[in-house]
Amino acid sequence: MAGQIAKRGEAAAGAAPLIYRTKLPVRIWHWINALAIFVMLMSGMMIFNAHPMLYWGEYGANFDVPWLVIGHRGTSGYLAVLGYEIPTTGVLGYAQGTANAFPPLVTIPSSYSLAGARQWHFLFAWVLLVSGTFFLLYALFSGHLRRDLALKREERSLAHLWHDIKDHARLRFPTGEAARAYNPLQKIAYLAVLFVLIPVVILTGCTMSPTLNAAFPWLVDMFGGRASARSIHFLCALGFALFIVVHLLAVVLAGPVNELRSIITGWYRLPQARMVKESVQ
Amino acid sequence: MSDDIIMATPSLLTRRHALIGGAGLLLAGCDRINASPAVQSVLSLGEKATHGAQRLVTDRNALAKEFSRAEMSPVFRENGNRNPGTADYNALAANGFADWALTVDGMVAHPLRISLAQMLAAPRRTQITRHDCVEGWSAIGEWSGVPLGLILRRAGLSSNAKFVVFHCADSTGGIPYYESIDLIDAFHPQTILATHMNGAPLTVGHGAPLRLRAERQLGYKQAKYVMRVEAVASLSGIHGGKGGYWEDHKGYQWFAGI
Repeated sequence: MAGQIAKRGEAAAGAAPLIYRTKLPVRIWHWINALAIFVMLMSGMMIFNAHPMLYWGEYGANFDVPWLVIGHRGTSGYLAVLGYEIPTTGVLGYAQGTANAFPPLVTIPSSYSLAGARQWHFLFAWVLLVSGTFFLLYALFSGHLRRDLALKREERSLAHLWHDIKDHARLRFPTGEAARAYNPLQKIAYLAVLFVLIPVVILTGCTMSPTLNAAFPWLVDMFGGRASARSIHFLCALGFALFIVVHLLAVVLAGPVNELRSIITGWYRLPQARMVKESVQ
Repeated sequence: MSDDIIMATPSLLTRRHALIGGAGLLLAGCDRINASPAVQSVLSLGEKATHGAQRLVTDRNALAKEFSRAEMSPVFRENGNRNPGTADYNALAANGFADWALTVDGMVAHPLRISLAQMLAAPRRTQITRHDCVEGWSAIGEWSGVPLGLILRRAGLSSNAKFVVFHCADSTGGIPYYESIDLIDAFHPQTILATHMNGAPLTVGHGAPLRLRAERQLGYKQAKYVMRVEAVASLSGIHGGKGGYWEDHKGYQWFAGI
């Protein structure tokens, strides 16, 4: 990422230089993973539609107490979480004329099909697993992880992180040389996806398998039982959805053309310093 | 399609309508992609990879976790067909299944007819296991019955047999329920033909008088109302050829290990 300055970037007098910021393996993985995550989320929502309730513990079915329900009464949809009920007609529970928990617009396939959703989910689970494994190996051995993703010593202080949080809250993104590297919150978000969300979603996904549970009982025990593991699997999916929202918002705010060029071609234009003088922390 | 009408009438075209109409077109496109045989054959690679990988990395005799009575679900949900309701079945049920017998045939040296009394007198296994439905719910219950492997050995299973098919008394929309497993699961120590659940004879709702428990597979493999066990070399000649009611008619994966 922290690459060499482009000659062509410097040629244009006054313009900020283009730098080669995102290496090919990172870009390839980003797009494969983006596709896989979207298919997994959309087919996963259809799988959830088959039994739109979540429980804690070893088991959970209709006669047990769920902590989350997406349901409907007639044509009124609702979301019930931990005893609180929120009307969600038109979004969840009842929308687009169907009584599915998640509406046709966001599911694969669009009309109710648990079997069809499972076909998509289990093919793209392999895409997620295999591409993620290759990317992790690349990140470890190329130095991408150490150089670009790991927090630098000075970034690890609470004061530094607090400063970065305030900058994000004011929508002030790094400029000039500081924009060469990912900023600390960005690094934390990427590390959380790579080392928490993806591994946990894959492991809890494996605990949905009775054959794997027989062979590796510690796996399902680690998550506190199968119903708990299913809940955690769903919470990971929610984590991915939140990450996508924040990630796309950051792209839009930081300059969508520049950010998209960087993740497609690798070339990134360092943003110019702001006119407003920054108060020194 | 009201969306199409709205799309075709520019004066009524609002952004909201355009969005809904566009979404409708997008969904129609997605469904067309999903229905394509080429797409379906690519998608089925996932199932093949999962089946192969699970057989590769798991111990074939690994036992599903067994629980204590205290850990059981207070109420075990009945699922699928809850009563075959045919005249034949009703007559058997009315008599406490005294006239019922399990047929064991196909690729076996000695076809068997096993009465319920013989079934109850045979060596048994009792296990408290978790039933995982393909839909996502789970329930823990106690099952007691005769190991399938014992019956298959008694019948002299042919070395050419590759699958065991379970023909059931229930049907959906006139289509009989059936299921099948491979010999790895058929001879697994926890694979039993259960006569009892939670310490009592199976109720009609749970598959009386006999149901399959294949504990490392999802719920739709746990065939209820089993009337006949058939050993075969291939599933292609049976009903729709995909090895089960759900597989033939709803596109469910034959390998129900996940």
